[in-house]
Amino acid sequence: MDDTLVLMEGIDKKFPGVHALNNARFELKRGEVHALVGENGAGKSTLMKILAGVYSKDQGKIIYKDEEVDISNPHMAQRMGIGMVHQELNLMNHLTAAHNIFIGREPVKGIFLDEATQNKNAQELFDLMNLDLKPWTKVGDMTVAKQQMVEITKALSYNSDVLIFDEPSAALTDVEIHELFRIIRQLKNNGAGIIYITHRLEELKEISDRITILRDGNYVDTVKTQEAEISQIIKMMVGRVIYESSPEVPEERSQEVILEVKNLSREKALKDVSFQLKKGEILGFAGLVGAGRTETARAIFGADPIDSGEVYIKGEEVNIKSPSDAVTHSIAYLSEDRKRYGLCLGLAVKTNIVLTIVDKLVAILGWVKERSVTRIAARIVDQLSIRTPSLEQKAKNLSGGNQQKLVIGKWLAKDADILIFDEPTRGIDVGAKQEIYSLLNDLTSQGKSIIMISSELPEILRMSHRVVVMCEGRVTGELDYTEATQESIMHLATLRNGGNPAKHSHNEWGNL
Amino acid sequence: MKSKSTNQDRQTRGETLQRLLAFAALVILFIVFALASPYFFTFDNIVGILVATAVNGLLAIGVTFIIITGGIDLSVGTVMTLSSVMAAVFVKTWELPVPLGILAGVVTGTFAGMLNGLMVTRLKLPSFIATLGMLNVAKGLALVITDLSPIYFPLETGWSKIAMGSVLGTVIPGFEIPNAVLIMFGAALLAGLVLSKTVVGRYTFAIGSNEEAARLSGLNVTFWKTTIYALGGFFVGIAGVVIAARLNSAQPALGQGYELDAIAAAVIGGVSLSGGEGSMVGTIIGAFIISTLTNGLRILSVPQEWQIVVTGLIIILSVVLDILRRRSRE
Repeated sequence: MDDTLVLMEGIDKKFPGVHALNNARFELKRGEVHALVGENGAGKSTLMKILAGVYSKDQGKIIYKDEEVDISNPHMAQRMGIGMVHQELNLMNHLTAAHNIFIGREPVKGIFLDEATQNKNAQELFDLMNLDLKPWTKVGDMTVAKQQMVEITKALSYNSDVLIFDEPSAALTDVEIHELFRIIRQLKNNGAGIIYITHRLEELKEISDRITILRDGNYVDTVKTQEAEISQIIKMMVGRVIYESSPEVPEERSQEVILEVKNLSREKALKDVSFQLKKGEILGFAGLVGAGRTETARAIFGADPIDSGEVYIKGEEVNIKSPSDAVTHSIAYLSEDRKRYGLCLGLAVKTNIVLTIVDKLVAILGWVKERSVTRIAARIVDQLSIRTPSLEQKAKNLSGGNQQKLVIGKWLAKDADILIFDEPTRGIDVGAKQEIYSLLNDLTSQGKSIIMISSELPEILRMSHRVVVMCEGRVTGELDYTEATQESIMHLATLRNGGNPAKHSHNEWGNL
Repeated sequence: MKSKSTNQDRQTRGETLQRLLAFAALVILFIVFALASPYFFTFDNIVGILVATAVNGLLAIGVTFIIITGGIDLSVGTVMTLSSVMAAVFVKTWELPVPLGILAGVVTGTFAGMLNGLMVTRLKLPSFIATLGMLNVAKGLALVITDLSPIYFPLETGWSKIAMGSVLGTVIPGFEIPNAVLIMFGAALLAGLVLSKTVVGRYTFAIGSNEEAARLSGLNVTFWKTTIYALGGFFVGIAGVVIAARLNSAQPALGQGYELDAIAAAVIGGVSLSGGEGSMVGTIIGAFIISTLTNGLRILSVPQEWQIVVTGLIIILSVVLDILRRRSRE
């Protein structure tokens, strides 16, 4: 076993109230891509953060290059050749791309920083990766996808022997993922060991050599990708079987239009966006990242000003100038970045749930009726089966899936009729995904109408009654679930200005 | 190569704009006051403004480092006083040579800054609390050491020449600009270089922009943050020496309240209170705006109470402008 690069054995880690890792093990060989999978809270990130020196282990040993090592901080891990691309973006927004990549090891001339060399080195890395990035662009001015690429470039720049990718694909388009895989293969051929944490199981076959499965902080098994079935892996992850299925569309579909948008335009982001949302339907919004789907949602919700266009609710024209107007019209928007826009992470579960209706729960002098709050919160937690030890638990201590349910619960408490979900299952594990899906179906059967923005085509195909496809700020087509296929959606999503669908050039959805 | 630099320019345009805005405000103040009073735009009065800016400018330089890291330093005023007291103790009480007195002042400031840094990084205190504590500690120590009364420097030591002599005047006859002004510009230049051209400066911005990211990038945030606080204290120590020289004495009761002018100067100059943004040029312009305003209003016989009100309004206005600018960029 002389090609073993990393061996982690008997790793134990406790956080207050959580036994995050219990006798976990992991092994990495040179020149392999080893995928690490498991539900949220399974301990994948924790295990890898221990390897990268972010957390310290309570028990167990790490053998790296045939020696037992004690990795006490990220800096030490980097020096040893262990680099990690973190799940949550860890960049300094006020600094440029090059500054971020070379932070901590800036080239210097005498006592001064050597900016020219730094930019040149960064440019070389970008060229190597075929990335259209400029070293001197401030990271804060970039899109999330590009920020992610900077983060990856940074990890690559350490010439690491071990590279850990913690869900790198969550924010990337398929083209970018394709590009990422190319780079990963290149690194692997150079003899590096790659650890790849992902929720997108369809990626496993394409990129990984072996797969290790964790469940509830325990090691389950390590399998060779070639010999494994995805369904079998899912079973090991969740301990139950999950079926892929087509949308649950009711036989009698309501024709009542609840929301109609006409010719919505906003600067360069939106051009004449028009569509209808019917009562009790899930309207999927598909498109490439940057197609204008989130912008459409934000415009309807009053979060961004519009230049022109009309919005009708139940046939009546409404003038929504702010999110507060939208809420009055019973519209809810569930942002893709739920930690930033959806929740007050430091507050209790029950406080988060009643946040939108707390003004209705006050007695004289603004005294909050605690008992009503508790009653409503308990009902919502029960209805959505939010897994929390108590109503007093802080939102930040819940898992991603339960946080998402909490955001949904917040709007259920408000009794919104139109719910706009922006990437509802982003960063959520397979099991919780199913729960969110059945929740969405429940909501529509109760007569709620849903707009679901998603970058995952399987999700769009599986959930949507109808699909609106956007490209470059325009609606390029509308498909009923009977017509929607990966191919038909892709065709529309690449229907650029002249109406010619793009051929398979390198910046399209090439790998679908 | 050419297109590269224009692209780079585009990225920094927002910040340059802010600096230009502050500079334009300064120029407009000058024009308004010059029109309002013939005395305003005289050599003597301009020198007066420059001298009046020196101490606040130095403190503002110190506090700028701290604010860019995302912290705040409320102790700069009284630490300055303690520095001047230590210098006076060295030179007057212990009769040590002047250079040692200067060193004592600067080291005191640096040491206090370092202690602030250690409290923030090791004890995990919020900078507001740590430096509020230091404000009182320094204030109390200055009173204890001096036994509540000022210490005057003996004239024969030539201590006051540090600030009020004019090296420039001996080189260029008639151009009698006091050394205090030179010291401030020298310090600003030094601080500006450190902030924009060295790793210390880069890490100042990095920590202020996203401390956790900086830590995960392998930066020893504890070390660098302590260093940055000490560096801020270094400039506060210089301010202590300069004010002691201007007054030819260490005044233990002085100092509290200076920190607010220093923070105001930084904010007016475009230093973001949430960290990650700012420049020394901006801070110095901010310091000049405050002292020009004070000077001009005094020449126009506006009562001192009202001068304070106006300064307050300027601070609010500058922050509002900053927010508007940011919003328009988004």
